Amino acid sequence: MTIPASWFLTLAAVLFGVGAFGLLTRRSALIMFMCIELMLNAVNLTFVTFSRSLHDVAGQASVFFVMVVAAAEVTVGLAIVVAVFRRRRSAGVDDLSELKG
Amino acid sequence: MIAATYAIPDLLVFIAAAAMVLVGAVGVISFRNPVHSAISLILTLLGVAVAFVEQEAHFLAAVQVIVYAGAIVVLFLFVIMFLGIDEREDVSVEPLIGQRPLAYASVLVTVGGILAMLSRGGWVTGAQTVTGPTEVMNGTTPDNVMAVGQSVFTTYLFAFEATAALLIIAVVGAVLLARRERVTEEGVEVA
Repeated sequence: MTIPASWFLTLAAVLFGVGAFGLLTRRSALIMFMCIELMLNAVNLTFVTFSRSLHDVAGQASVFFVMVVAAAEVTVGLAIVVAVFRRRRSAGVDDLSELKG
Repeated sequence: MIAATYAIPDLLVFIAAAAMVLVGAVGVISFRNPVHSAISLILTLLGVAVAFVEQEAHFLAAVQVIVYAGAIVVLFLFVIMFLGIDEREDVSVEPLIGQRPLAYASVLVTVGGILAMLSRGGWVTGAQTVTGPTEVMNGTTPDNVMAVGQSVFTTYLFAFEATAALLIIAVVGAVLLARRERVTEEGVEVA
């Protein structure tokens, strides 16, 4: 018998939690982006697990689109990090605190 | 007992994938050097690819290795090297008081809630196969790439074209954001 879906779903939930914790506690914009990638991967794993359990290929198509959006997001996000670093000589999100109103 | 219920190879592959995913994820959020974090992000992404293979999503496993571990992590490493921000971040200071306990609490509540809901609801419920071709997934044609390709190029064709536009816009936006402005006598000149 193959591995049950619940194991994969639990793994994905724990991975999402680790990513969310990193996003909430780290202060380097680069690390925060990596944590967002972790959370996106957890969601992808959930999609694939449901796709296997329900014999529906739509879940895998969704993962494909999530990957494309993640690539676009990282491209723009890292460009913003580069632009901020040019101005502030730092990639920490604390240095952007004057952005608040 | 567990080994008697599940096939040993499947079990070993799952344990390996889970270990890669979790060790890599903990590494990402605990290493102080961003380069080390990026390297352990690769470990997590490869672990997820192994989990994809185990669930017979072969196309996505390949894309995962090529796009994530290949392109995205290389982009991260490139930016780290380009900016020279490989200095260590001091993780012991806590600038916001109570940030870490609050983060612990909210993450525990979120993950616990997800797991409680899933286990009470029987983990996977729902209609079987509303859109996808079952026979391919069921193994009569062992071709996962064909199934995903048919789905993406028929049912989700509009979304596929929209992502193509999105990628172009993202590349143009990244170039615009990251270019360097040079101030000359005549005014601001873009180089």
